[in-house]
Amino acid sequence: MSTIGYESWAVDMADVGAMYPFQGAEVPMVIIGVVFWLGWHISQARRETAHFEEVAKMSDPEKVAKMLERY
Amino acid sequence: MDGNLNALTTIFTEFYYWVTVVFMFLIHVGFCMYEVGASRRKNHMHTLMKNVMIIPLVTVTFFFFGWWIYWAFPNFPLFGGLDLAAGAANLPWSETMATNAGDRITGVFWAAFLLFSWTAASIVSGAVIERIRSSALWVHAVLIGSVWWIIDAAWGWHYAGWMVQKLGYHDAYASGVIHAIAGGYALGVLLVLGPRLGKFAPDGTPRDIPPHNPWMVTLGIFMIYTGFWGFYAACNVPLISPEVIGGQITGTTWTATNIYLAPTTLGAITFNFLLSLSGGLMASYMVSKGDAFWTFSGGLAGIIGASAGNDLYHPMQALIIGAIVPVIAYKLHYWVERKFKIDDAVGAVAVHGYAGFMGVVIAGFVLWGAPSSPFEGYAAINPLGQLVGAIIMFGVLGFLPGYVTARIQAARGTLRIPPEVELQGLDFAEHHAYEDAVAEITAANAEHLKSK
Repeated sequence: MSTIGYESWAVDMADVGAMYPFQGAEVPMVIIGVVFWLGWHISQARRETAHFEEVAKMSDPEKVAKMLERY
Repeated sequence: MDGNLNALTTIFTEFYYWVTVVFMFLIHVGFCMYEVGASRRKNHMHTLMKNVMIIPLVTVTFFFFGWWIYWAFPNFPLFGGLDLAAGAANLPWSETMATNAGDRITGVFWAAFLLFSWTAASIVSGAVIERIRSSALWVHAVLIGSVWWIIDAAWGWHYAGWMVQKLGYHDAYASGVIHAIAGGYALGVLLVLGPRLGKFAPDGTPRDIPPHNPWMVTLGIFMIYTGFWGFYAACNVPLISPEVIGGQITGTTWTATNIYLAPTTLGAITFNFLLSLSGGLMASYMVSKGDAFWTFSGGLAGIIGASAGNDLYHPMQALIIGAIVPVIAYKLHYWVERKFKIDDAVGAVAVHGYAGFMGVVIAGFVLWGAPSSPFEGYAAINPLGQLVGAIIMFGVLGFLPGYVTARIQAARGTLRIPPEVELQGLDFAEHHAYEDAVAEITAANAEHLKSK
């Protein structure tokens, strides 16, 4: 048994095509990838918004003045 | 890969594109360095991360749908339906979009296009530094990198694209299909985003916001030049027989071709790349009175201005076009800045957008009547076709989507960072671990010195 469909390389390369694991499961694998991508955007945007709100509220005039001097 | 010649050609082509991809990585490195150098110190970590994350986000989306768009959209929706047959092999779940001994080139070819996608997104990223939310920019990056530019490539940068067939559109090294669209897109976003705080005086006079690290900017632009050279090679088919092209070319002599499968040579594009760079540098040095950044950017604008026709131009034509375009782009930049209060932090709209637009239009005059394709029935290159093409690239597929998306983001309050954060600097606000650590170690050292 082999996840890539070949148990040895005693083959004619002219007959070899796909050689990745779990052939036939391409669509589910892509769905997992899309969920990961969209989930990343949503999660990052939420974190960013919460963080900016917090920073804007906690704004310390002394620190702001110091940052302005730094260019 | 039956037969030695067939095997050699396949492996050579595969390796050729692979090398160009590695070279093109330098474009992104250069953009990162340029952007970070141009930003103020209080924003440099944020600026870096904003650009770096373009790489994975555009890569995954170009895998999911960008590459399929290129093959399915050449005539869609104006002159036919989706080409599902050509698109099928390029769907993310296709067997050829993976480890496959029966298809050795799709991955490399996909990557060559992907690197163009990063570039398109990175151009937009530079224009909007120091006040856009990363989350907003990354949505734009996905849209320009994996949707809009690749639609324009299917239409005008594909041997069977409708713009090539009907308009005679010719844009061998992407004056329009990468640069004009990205510059137009950036302008659309900038119009909604607004300038950085303090950019304009109360009477509307623009203030200069100098780079915090001029050397990083310099190195960045030189890396972009280097990567751009690789990009030129990537736009060619290095070696192909007339039989494989299947067009009107007769005989059995193999040739290099541009993306439209029409003949050119690596020698031609090497001459023209360097001469248009030289024209841009020389003219920009003069017009900017020796300003380092505009001279460097003008070199880039020179190449971009000549790129549409650099497969066929004479080197002296590349030189002159490369000299004229950056001067106009430079003048336009300052006129637009004053007139419309547009704060384009790195001059991206001018260097890529205006120069790319002009490059497409100029090619229509200089190459008037030349065949746009080796296939029968295609329109010849002509000024009107090129002008319409430039408008499609800059305005329809660039400016419009950028503007509309930015308006939606602005309405939802997700486009721009709060003013308090902008004043403090994004590194303190978002990447404060770095700033906190700097403050802590500086205080500790001062304490140590005091105790001695």
